[in-house]
Amino acid sequence: MKYVFLIIPCILCLWVPLYNRLEPTLWSIPFFYWFLLVLVPVSALFIWIAARIEGSDS
Amino acid sequence: MIDNLNWTATAVFIALFALVTVLGFVAARWKAGNLDELHEWGLGGRRFGAWITWFLLGGDLYTAYTVIAVPALVYAIGAYGFFAVPYTILIYPLVFVTMPRLWNVAHKKGYITGADFIYGRYGSKGLELAVAFTGILATMPYIALQLVGMEKVIQALGFQGQGLMSHAPLTIAFVILALYTYKSGLRAPAMIAFVKDIMIYVFVIAAVVIIPAQLGGYGAIFEAAGKVYAAKAAATPNVGLTLTPAQVSPFITLAIGSAMALFMYPHSMTGVLSASGPGAIRRNAMTLPAYSLVLGLIALLGFMAHAAGIQVANPQDAIPQLVLKMFPAWFAGFCFAAIAIGALVPAAVMSIGAANTFTRNVWRPFVEPGMSPQRESYLAKLMSLIVKVGALVVILFMPTKFALDLQLLGGVWMIQIFPAIVLGLYTRWYSGTALLIGWAVGFVLGTWLSWGPAAWVPTSVIGGFGAYNGLIALAANVAVATVVSLVARSVARDETAPADFEDARSPA
Repeated sequence: MKYVFLIIPCILCLWVPLYNRLEPTLWSIPFFYWFLLVLVPVSALFIWIAARIEGSDS
Repeated sequence: MIDNLNWTATAVFIALFALVTVLGFVAARWKAGNLDELHEWGLGGRRFGAWITWFLLGGDLYTAYTVIAVPALVYAIGAYGFFAVPYTILIYPLVFVTMPRLWNVAHKKGYITGADFIYGRYGSKGLELAVAFTGILATMPYIALQLVGMEKVIQALGFQGQGLMSHAPLTIAFVILALYTYKSGLRAPAMIAFVKDIMIYVFVIAAVVIIPAQLGGYGAIFEAAGKVYAAKAAATPNVGLTLTPAQVSPFITLAIGSAMALFMYPHSMTGVLSASGPGAIRRNAMTLPAYSLVLGLIALLGFMAHAAGIQVANPQDAIPQLVLKMFPAWFAGFCFAAIAIGALVPAAVMSIGAANTFTRNVWRPFVEPGMSPQRESYLAKLMSLIVKVGALVVILFMPTKFALDLQLLGGVWMIQIFPAIVLGLYTRWYSGTALLIGWAVGFVLGTWLSWGPAAWVPTSVIGGFGAYNGLIALAANVAVATVVSLVARSVARDETAPADFEDARSPA
């Protein structure tokens, strides 16, 4: 189960056709860039969830 | 030589440099240990908690070269340079899963390097040597590139010189670095990393707030950059604000390959093994992405340089010039000091990692099997000096392009030890001999693929798609290792037990 959470951000950041576009922009930053930048903290969150599931990080 | 020196910026730069020099020497007394033992000198006694490890690894992995090179690539070709972001996203799930296991077995068995683990697991001196050799070979150009990063900012301060004199400031900085690394070991970069990382954060936050405000916002920045790429596209294909179809598969495979290679480097392992436990490593896997975010923001500086009208022949000068143009002199000095100090931390950790590896996995098994701990520590200290001098010689007497090419190859080489290390954390199904043959095939194939007609190239075209050479060679490596393992079963000794890889049960 924890591996599912770890693999999701990996798939998202490699799924180039998903984000290889300019629109929609955020604060006039093209989608390509803000999507990847937002994905960084999201990936950290997924790792945190994986750690919770594992329950070993006490 | 110093006629064009920016005095304000230089004064700030030197003051900050002096501060970290003092820290580097003071560090010897921090978390005091017997520095005549290798695990104390070269791993800080394995006493770095989650917080120190965070600063050390962050300072270690996100180097001065990165701060210069990533935005330089964005400046030159646009979106493709952003591969650094998926690359650094991929690293941490991988670290979270594998590195606690490596720490556990290393702690249990007293391993100091990756090659130590390889010998313990597979009982193969040949494979141990291959892993050690790969690590040391790939580290040298990496240290050299830290110097390139330093040199760029020293030039931007206005220092010019002829011949060897042009390298004088760099040489002085490096001698200082060599001395306190010799004295304090891994404690020095760990302590300096605090200062360096905070400075880099200040630099980046200021840059992403102040520069867009002066240039009319992000909309104007991307518009200006888009125009530059559109003008370039006529002459050179594959530039732009998004990836061209031909860039997609190289972008993906480069991100995957770079992520797999990073934690195979001796300096990354040194950072991991110096942590105080598997929990500290897992917490770092969750929190180190903060640096990836910073790296992504740094990459945006490449676009800002276009909007600011920076035109440089060498893309690597784009960021120093942008900083000079957009910030007051004192803050430019601060930013340049952040980048230069940012070179010191990885250079120190890399030289320590390479020195540990040489001492434990080349010298001890093949030259002096009965080394005392004092001898080990002494030799590692000496090697850390020799490695740095080697890197300095590369910079002084070889074209920078050579170091860049070697660094590119370094990743291709490093990834070839991935099967031995990572598969070894889970299974002993592969034999040492098979992994050694696989490593040799991958090493040769990867180097051969990178040998372009005019220059070294990182990707090749396979089946109509571009792919990172390191990954292509890795596929061959694993295929060969699998076949040979099927044919010839291993009978060598494995000194590890399955329980050694699991977290130790805390005494309840």
